[in-house]
Amino acid sequence: MRNTWTICRRELYSYFVSPIAWVLLAIFAVLSGAFTYLIGQSFVRAGFESQLSGQSMPMNVNEQVIAPLLSNIAVIGLFLIPLISMRLLAEEKRQGTIELLVTSPVHELEIILGKWLSAVLMYAALIAVFFLDISFFFFYGNPDIKPVLTGILGILLQGACLLALGTFVSSLTRNQIVAGAIGFALALLLWILSWTTSFGNSDTVQFLNYLSIVSHLDSFTRGVIDSKDVIYYCSMIFLGLFLTARSLESLRWRA
Amino acid sequence: MIQVEGLSKKYARHVAVNNISFTVDKGDIVGFLGPNGAGKTTTMRILTCFLPPTEGKATVAGFDVFEQPLEVKKRIGYLPETPPLYPEMSVRDYLTFVANIKNLPSADVKRRTEEVMERCSVADVRDRLISKLSKGYRQRVGLAQAIIHNPDVLILDEPTSGLDPKQILETRELIHNLAGEHTIILSTHILPEVEAVCQKVIIINKGRVVATDSVDRLRHRTGEGAVQVQIDTDGAADKLAVHQRLEQVPGVSKVLEATGAAAEKNLIFEVDSLPGRSARADIARAVVQSGWNLLELKSLTYSLEEVFLELTGSQPQAPEEVASVESAK
Repeated sequence: MRNTWTICRRELYSYFVSPIAWVLLAIFAVLSGAFTYLIGQSFVRAGFESQLSGQSMPMNVNEQVIAPLLSNIAVIGLFLIPLISMRLLAEEKRQGTIELLVTSPVHELEIILGKWLSAVLMYAALIAVFFLDISFFFFYGNPDIKPVLTGILGILLQGACLLALGTFVSSLTRNQIVAGAIGFALALLLWILSWTTSFGNSDTVQFLNYLSIVSHLDSFTRGVIDSKDVIYYCSMIFLGLFLTARSLESLRWRA
Repeated sequence: MIQVEGLSKKYARHVAVNNISFTVDKGDIVGFLGPNGAGKTTTMRILTCFLPPTEGKATVAGFDVFEQPLEVKKRIGYLPETPPLYPEMSVRDYLTFVANIKNLPSADVKRRTEEVMERCSVADVRDRLISKLSKGYRQRVGLAQAIIHNPDVLILDEPTSGLDPKQILETRELIHNLAGEHTIILSTHILPEVEAVCQKVIIINKGRVVATDSVDRLRHRTGEGAVQVQIDTDGAADKLAVHQRLEQVPGVSKVLEATGAAAEKNLIFEVDSLPGRSARADIARAVVQSGWNLLELKSLTYSLEEVFLELTGSQPQAPEEVASVESAK
């Protein structure tokens, strides 16, 4: 466990000492700020309109602002996650530092877990920025905190699972750009699988929709933790890390 | 300390290491010598548990590299051909990280980090980023990384490649100082390095061990006691007279006249001594007493270079091994 933490700390050091972390934080701050502003403003305008028209429409910050906001943030995450995960192992292979890690008295699993954990913490730092944005609604309104927390948990789980797959992709190549591109394609693919619902409701469609990474976020944004979704995320994380372990091992046999 | 028996590493289309065996005793400095692509790096990678062997067995400090890799890894310090450095880290942070990952007790990490920085003379750049360091400093940080957990065995893959002459000398000095506490295997294709640093040589070519011997014995294998004598013709020296005089010197077994451009101007002879004797002093006295001008008297001891070429040049070449020359890395 100590080794995992050592590797994780070193990885975070690299994120924050290089521009990657700061660029990502800046991009994310701008995007999530803009989304929060736009969605918040349309809610306020809807509030005015309902007052002007004299009919009192049911207004709910949680349903009309926070839930769509969380979904949007999750999509921004899809774009930024490959940028976080692409360097994890590809860079080690390019620099030859993988030789240091593999010849140290450390289990391969500890290396992989440390790497993945650091990426998850990096992603959590981005989400923390978003948490600042959303906290404004608590100053000016009275939203329910529970769906916010479950929503953020859902976003983190979704990120963790894409990062696990990204770690695997990163272990396949020594070129960060290639790892980033494949990781991005994978994230995009898992996202658009949910669009198949517009083609009816056959078993295949339901299956593809279950595979899609975004369809599992809905219940979280509504404040519900559904074991079906948690199992999906956990098994995807396991799959990603398992494939990474296999890939690292095969690297030694092929070399 | 290290035992290798019948070790092979085969890839799909070629054999990088072919059935090699050797042992290294505790405290030895062993030079692993061979041309580029001979299988040095592959062998070292097997010993450090980076690559699994295809066949054969290797044990380090009594632990099998395949069965108990963690135990082996604890006892080995490894400097790969390119030092495994994170350019974005400072020297101190990097070494602290390595100390932690090598499972040093937390209480010792700081002290040990300082110690190896002093030892490898990188203490003056401890807060600099590795990306800003020169090649020589990087190599030394790499060496510091290898010895930080005080391993029993040090495996150094071309520790002096790419350094300038001064740095090469410093690095050799450092390796020399590390001897005694550690058993060291270092690979190189530079012969003077082996002569300067190692006690024992393992010569490897095309994946096979060609010779295992001590440096001295290897050098003595050919041509000990042969001397080249050069005499000025102005001193009224007659070729025949000189030849005869040299043959009469006690201890001399054979006198040969040298040919070539230099032999046009001056008289040059190659003189062999009887086994176990060196007639150099007597030759010099004989020449001077005869009134000839002695220009040069040099020992014809073969350099390791020649020994090496002789040993590796005459190896039969199986067709499958031709490809192995390049891709052993």
